[in-house]
Amino acid sequence: MIGGFNEEQIRRYSRHIILPEVGGKGQKKLLSSKVLCIGAGGLGSPVIEYLAAAGIGSIGIIDDDTVDLSNLQRQVIHGGNVGKSKAESAKQFVNNLNPDVDVKTYIERLNANNVIDIFNEYDIIVDGSDNFATRYLVNDACVITNKPLSHGSIYRFEGQVTTIIPHKGPCYRCLFEHAPPPGMVPSCQEAGVLGVLPGIIGVIQATEVVKYLLGIGELLVGRLVYYDALNMTFQEIKMRWNKNCPICGEEPKITSIQEEIYGDSCRIW
Amino acid sequence: MTTELDLRGEVCPYTFVKTKLKLEDVESGEELIVIFDHAPAVENVPRSLKNEGHKIMGIEQKGDHLWNVRIRKA
Repeated sequence: MIGGFNEEQIRRYSRHIILPEVGGKGQKKLLSSKVLCIGAGGLGSPVIEYLAAAGIGSIGIIDDDTVDLSNLQRQVIHGGNVGKSKAESAKQFVNNLNPDVDVKTYIERLNANNVIDIFNEYDIIVDGSDNFATRYLVNDACVITNKPLSHGSIYRFEGQVTTIIPHKGPCYRCLFEHAPPPGMVPSCQEAGVLGVLPGIIGVIQATEVVKYLLGIGELLVGRLVYYDALNMTFQEIKMRWNKNCPICGEEPKITSIQEEIYGDSCRIW
Repeated sequence: MTTELDLRGEVCPYTFVKTKLKLEDVESGEELIVIFDHAPAVENVPRSLKNEGHKIMGIEQKGDHLWNVRIRKA
């Protein structure tokens, strides 16, 4: 044991420890951090994979779905687990990769009733969900519980990613106040998605989480990276805090998580 | 106060990794003596430590393949 690390940990995390920005101190921060991953699908796979490898001490994984053969084109952590719970399959992957990581699984849907209690257990939230209702629920609950949030989403060949630090930068509703009307945006199932796309976006989300936990670098706060795989371009879109934002504005209309808001359009009536 | 770390039998890059971890437990301005029997470490570890701002106070050859490196923590 040196500096609280055993021989195996010294070897496992040596490339982190060598970095002046991380060191043993930073690695200890990661080992004592708690991250919640919403969804263990396309975005969740690389997020969970790299956070586990980095030695995040505690990872929560919430997903009520089971692994389908059509998932394996992009959900790279679920090999051999068709038919199994995605959360349990992800846990198995993490246990094989890094025994230092404690995984808590939630085989349920995130909803207005469970979101606050679950979020309160974690330092940072990673949104890898695939629908607007969950995305707005996550954004609003992060603002209310004051938890940082890594947002990522994908569509066909395009992805977007940003980091939300409530009350220090804009939130998702500052940019998109409501979800598009139901039926306007097709799901992955209907629209298709390039298998490697969530890999790119998810790995950026994992990078942001690690940077946040270490307190290093510049986060994607107030900036949204828009990635176009076909043209291979990354664009940065400035996001501004909206003082009329219904959740983080000066006079928020949403002050608690009420189930009726998180229907198809996430509008506030 | 001087702390000692015996890294005989250890090779790069773990010679540096372990020295760095030990230094994190040492107070700024205090000294750490590290014992190496791996020749490349005697060059590599001081260079990496200097990059992180620490001072190498001396390298002493104690035997055929044995060195003491004295470090002052930044």
